Amino acid sequence: MYYNEEFETLPRPALEALQVKRLKSMLERVYCNVPFYKDKFASLGVRPDSLKSLEDLRRLPFTVKQDMRDAYPYGLFSAPMEDIVRIHASSGTTGKPTVVGYTHKDIEIWSELMARSFVSAGVHRGDIIHNSYGYGLFTGGLGAHYGAEKLGASVIPMSGGNTKRQILIMKDFGSTVLTCTPSYSLYLAEAAKEEGVDFRSLSLRVGIFGAEPWSESMRTEIEEKLNLSAIDIYGLSEIMGPGVAIECQEAKCGLHIWEDHFIPEIINPETGEPVPEGEKGELVITTITKEGIPLLRYRTRDITSITYEPCTCGRTHARIARMSGRSDDMLIIRGVNVFPSQIESILMRIEGVEPHYLLIVERKGNLDTLEVQVEVDERLFSDEIKHLQAMAGAIEKEIKDLLSLTCKVRLVEPKTIMRSEGKAKRVIDNRPKV
Amino acid sequence: MKVEQISIFIENKSGRLAEITRILGDSGVNIRALSLADTSDFGILRLIVNDRETAKQVLKEKGFTVSKTEVVAIEVPDRPGGLSEILQTLDQESINVEYMYAFVERCGGNAVIIFRFDETEKAIELLTARGFNVLEGERLYQM
Repeated sequence: MYYNEEFETLPRPALEALQVKRLKSMLERVYCNVPFYKDKFASLGVRPDSLKSLEDLRRLPFTVKQDMRDAYPYGLFSAPMEDIVRIHASSGTTGKPTVVGYTHKDIEIWSELMARSFVSAGVHRGDIIHNSYGYGLFTGGLGAHYGAEKLGASVIPMSGGNTKRQILIMKDFGSTVLTCTPSYSLYLAEAAKEEGVDFRSLSLRVGIFGAEPWSESMRTEIEEKLNLSAIDIYGLSEIMGPGVAIECQEAKCGLHIWEDHFIPEIINPETGEPVPEGEKGELVITTITKEGIPLLRYRTRDITSITYEPCTCGRTHARIARMSGRSDDMLIIRGVNVFPSQIESILMRIEGVEPHYLLIVERKGNLDTLEVQVEVDERLFSDEIKHLQAMAGAIEKEIKDLLSLTCKVRLVEPKTIMRSEGKAKRVIDNRPKV
Repeated sequence: MKVEQISIFIENKSGRLAEITRILGDSGVNIRALSLADTSDFGILRLIVNDRETAKQVLKEKGFTVSKTEVVAIEVPDRPGGLSEILQTLDQESINVEYMYAFVERCGGNAVIIFRFDETEKAIELLTARGFNVLEGERLYQM
């Protein structure tokens, strides 16, 4: 089953010709509209019309998250603000968010790609989609919502949290499709058990899980506990949001990336050079139809591999493997992107000093927990309990405000946190490896 | 009239108190009075010792976070209502007690209460004027 059979099964030569055509037009647009790209092209001595084939893409500059931060908030927008109909943002690395804007056409395309993704996962009209991705600045909630409506399914805009109510509604409304983070799905299963609700008695058939890396063994566990078919979805707000790539229910082997809108590359994160097909590297994406904020060779920092082998589902679009890690120090905790530098800047702001700190991430039951250990040295120490507790509370609140993530701050004695040669170890991730 | 107390940050884990008292003992520091304030994660050990400088130095060398705090020591008459009179006097002048702990004098048999006030100077002035026996630091250290 396809949503857009023509484009999803476009023979590769035609698909690649379409990519070149769209890429050229995208390059023209950013060259004319975005000073950042005009300057980059000039410094490399390339002109947008010098691109003749897809191979030439390699000679063009990368875009990194820092570029988006430097251009905060709207500097990389290619469309005038009067054409921007939606703005989303994800938390940036040191406090300022990464901002993206969508034109009406961008929203249309995003909705279509999300609708294609639903169909790829085995969802159809008549399904009741229980959407537990967060609504708001985060792209997950609205992205899935628009795709569901585009498809013509019924969507329940649940957003995250309030687990008991989620279970009640899932049961009473007869939800057939669940969209959330994989860890939250297991949390739901646990909570349902406590409520005396058996997932086998529910109507759920398909679960579409993303926004954090998960493993094949976790899929088995989810499918068993929730009694549904679990599908991996990939996306990031910089590129669009959810629906950049998704598995097909037929093969469940790699995520089809919608190549008529995105050009994927896999590079060696150290050298920036392409790696051979099938080898692991960093995923780089060029958006070729985006109007609001088209990005050229955006370095996602996600580690994966790619295959152009034909798939049993009939789609001709390349497949990327499950994300297996990051090429930077970003952590994904309960679907929230966390950079250690964000925590560091909060600590700096609260105490005016840079304390030694350590982030400990664990999986308790099915939910990730974050503990922030802060060494209490003489600059932070107070002889009164209430001051120390207030400080810990203030740090917890700031983290909650900035990242929407509940954490536990633990004050520890100096030198508790291991010092290593050179770079300090800031993170201990005790979660099972993907 | 103020007394210097040293405060030490300790994590709530086994062996920390033993470690501190061992370090002090090895350095010939004698503990006069102590109190431990604790939460589920950490605690603050407050000590009156005979030799503050040595105590502070050796604990710091062993990596502890140590600070000095000014507290007030008051001798409380050994009779019902002794403490209450002090607290009422403070209350009338709106002086807050942040924390307090007590021990019993070795010779006289009176109780000595260590107070941490939000306004140390004002408290000393008030209590002295009302005839309470505010003890000199030296007397405590050498007790």
